[in-house]
Amino acid sequence: MSDEQIVKKFMYVNRKSPYGTIYALESLEVVLISAAFDQDVSLTFTDDGVYQLMKNQQTDGIGMKNFSSTYSALGDYEIKKIFIDKESLDERGLSLSDLQELVWEDEDEDYAEKSSINLVSRAELSEIMNQQDVVLSF
Amino acid sequence: MGLEVNGKTYETDEEGYLANLNEWDTDVANAMAEIDGAPLEENHWEVINFLREYYEEYQIAPAVRVLTKQIGKKLGKDKGNSKYLYELFPYGPAKQACKYAGLPKPTGCV
Repeated sequence: MSDEQIVKKFMYVNRKSPYGTIYALESLEVVLISAAFDQDVSLTFTDDGVYQLMKNQQTDGIGMKNFSSTYSALGDYEIKKIFIDKESLDERGLSLSDLQELVWEDEDEDYAEKSSINLVSRAELSEIMNQQDVVLSF
Repeated sequence: MGLEVNGKTYETDEEGYLANLNEWDTDVANAMAEIDGAPLEENHWEVINFLREYYEEYQIAPAVRVLTKQIGKKLGKDKGNSKYLYELFPYGPAKQACKYAGLPKPTGCV
């Protein structure tokens, strides 16, 4: 690609719990597909969307594929900015330790693992959203 | 569609991808490669085994550039480039190697 390629800031906002609807899985697939386009991509988890990143998900009882391990691949797809809404966690009695750790590997530092997760307040989140060119809500 | 190996018929989709990835074994991979006219060698197996491990861990088949990068990390830079991978899998490293590995087509591939 040339230097003139336009890079836009895309944010995918995940608001729903992982298995009640198809939104969470669809969002994840869109994110992985669009990662091929070299844009500036970030993901936000807010409202019930924070449940998408819960550790130890068990889906046998509902007969659905457990896709939670796929979030760990986001770093491989160069998606390094994950925003978690702190108030959404608080309202649900959750903390970061209930969620999976998401990391990306820095090739320039011998593949050192660096955290992709940013815990932000709603005020900060709204600020970050304002800086985006495109916000897609799922 | 189906693929017959050692007297057993495996269900596949219209592009030859295995319908049930639990049915996969090395004979299936060899039979698929045989049909395409290029028997599998050690270098192919490195990539196929990598893909199966990646799927096991992340539940997805990686996109081609993720595959390239990760192969570079795991098997060395001389193998983590598209020239090498396309020589091994001329129909597209992600597509063709995923098929032999019994995985679904990589997300985003058309």
